[in-house]
Amino acid sequence: MSRMAATRDGYGQALLELAGNDKVVVLEADLGKSTKSLHFRRAHPERTISCGIGEQNMLLVAAGMASSGYIPFASTFAIFTERAFEQMRNGVARPNLAVHVCGSHGGTHTGTDGSSAQSIEDLAIYRTLPNVTVLHPCDDVSTRLLTKQLAKTDSPSYMRTARNKTPVLYDNVDPSTIQIGKGIQLRDGADVAIIACGVLVSEALKAADELSKQGVQATVIDMHTIKPLDIELVDLVAERCGAIVTAEDHSVIGGLGGAVAEHLSASSCTPLERVGVHDRFGESGQADEMLELMELSVPHIVKAAQRAINRK
Amino acid sequence: MVRITSSISELEELARRCRIEIVKMVHRAQAGHPGGSLSEIDLMAALYSTSLRVRPNDPDWDDRDRFILSKGHASPGMYALLAETGFISHDDLHSYRVLGGICQGHVDMKWCPGVDFSAGSLGMGLSFGMGCALAARLEGSERRAFVMLGDGEIQEGSVWEAAMAATHHELGNLKVILDRNRIQNDDFCSEQMRMFDIPAKWKAFGWNVKEIDGHDMTEIVDGIKFLDESNDAPSILIAHTIKGKGVSYMENNPSFHGAAPNDEQFAIAMSELGAVQ
Ligand SMILES: Cc1ncc(C[n+]2csc(CCOP(=O)(O)OP(=O)(O)O)c2C)c(N)n1
Repeated sequence: MSRMAATRDGYGQALLELAGNDKVVVLEADLGKSTKSLHFRRAHPERTISCGIGEQNMLLVAAGMASSGYIPFASTFAIFTERAFEQMRNGVARPNLAVHVCGSHGGTHTGTDGSSAQSIEDLAIYRTLPNVTVLHPCDDVSTRLLTKQLAKTDSPSYMRTARNKTPVLYDNVDPSTIQIGKGIQLRDGADVAIIACGVLVSEALKAADELSKQGVQATVIDMHTIKPLDIELVDLVAERCGAIVTAEDHSVIGGLGGAVAEHLSASSCTPLERVGVHDRFGESGQADEMLELMELSVPHIVKAAQRAINRK
Repeated sequence: MVRITSSISELEELARRCRIEIVKMVHRAQAGHPGGSLSEIDLMAALYSTSLRVRPNDPDWDDRDRFILSKGHASPGMYALLAETGFISHDDLHSYRVLGGICQGHVDMKWCPGVDFSAGSLGMGLSFGMGCALAARLEGSERRAFVMLGDGEIQEGSVWEAAMAATHHELGNLKVILDRNRIQNDDFCSEQMRMFDIPAKWKAFGWNVKEIDGHDMTEIVDGIKFLDESNDAPSILIAHTIKGKGVSYMENNPSFHGAAPNDEQFAIAMSELGAVQ
């Protein structure tokens, strides 16, 4: 059994490791225990700014600090970052200020809190903003490494992390293989490529195992960067496999599936099937129950792969 | 109103039964928000029993007063009361946080009878309540909108947009209860965001303001009468409460904002609340 961990813990760890740079500041909106910024707060209270339950204020305070040479990391639940979307658009993205927003508890996988807490549109909305890098890593190791890279970028970002534990994939990999903007090929197969992000990456690997039992060989890619999309890699697997499946715990509208579809529509006629939430809200349920209910689990990825292959 | 009772001891007894259900729900689900449910429940028990004009057998009655639990995470309190007042059954309480259950993690008007607002994101209920109050006035209806706010919740800026707009529109049929338990998610409000003189802030926005002890049933009934009788402007009852009230280890303890008791703690709670096992 591989180690299990939640990506939000990788974020919390990265903030601690970044603390050596005294320009790094952390902003909270009464969810530090949940986003895991609390570790930074305990170690560096003087560089942690509590904004109370006030996400809109938090975003623009972060923008002001970024304009003054600081490197702000602002976090809350993914869903509540959305409340400050216009602040992000006009106050952060437009002036291209390097504010790093982390939305934890993203997706339906977050569970029994129910639909009000399950962000299924965050990747889509932030992806529409010029200058903004959009990330959704799949394990705590890659989350930690990507968060540390963000501190060195000079433009804003949005990163989604997840509440619940998933298998850790990168304990023993060379850290230099994990780079913003570069998809990671986890498995090689010539029949279909499954491009996944976040909590669905490990599901995609299981789906590939299932497919292989049926004689279908699948490539699996961890597309942790939704924007800028690694189009070279998408083109490469489109060419090699001739059929693509995207998989994300997010609406099929506008997220990873949307990004890949937009790219493919301009570059090739590779059949694409999108596994994601089909234009509906979630509800209260356990993480695994939600993946099943929302048609995101392994059997649904397998079926999507078969459909894509049949369309070749 | 539901008019189960207006006697102080019976109201206290209703709230005690609700407290037992609250702890049971959160324990069964091993998730949820006991602290803010236990702090609000005396207020809600009295509101439903002495003032709120609603019909449990006709939950969608057009002219019902609206009750908006803006701090929608404190849903176990509301579900317990909806069961005690006959909107839902006690069996329904077993569906709290269960897939397909009407008792969703946060109260949701699409899922549960007697719920007038789909909550879960803080700072939204007062604006929604203002809309309900405006609609009532436009229709010439006597109905009122009651909104339960958390003290952490009022840090959201949109609460103050609504507070200002409600007096501008002279909405005397808009009534707020503020659950002033001094704790929010991560910590005490005094650590997260000091709010200084809260009554003065509402007064400055033109509201009628009264402060009470939110666990003294006589003061609560009085406070609700104040809300009923103040119709010249929007009114707020600031209720000083104790988060986790009624369960010793939850009282004033930020850890039980959003955490369930384990089996041993559950047994202690049941015994402290006088539950018959
Ligand atoms: C907009 C928004 N931001 C953050 C949260 C997460 N959250 C849920 S409850 C809570 C604390 C609420 O404190 P308070 O309003 O005082 O409620 P109570 O103490 O009565 O439970 C927070 C921050 C949320 N639900 N909505």
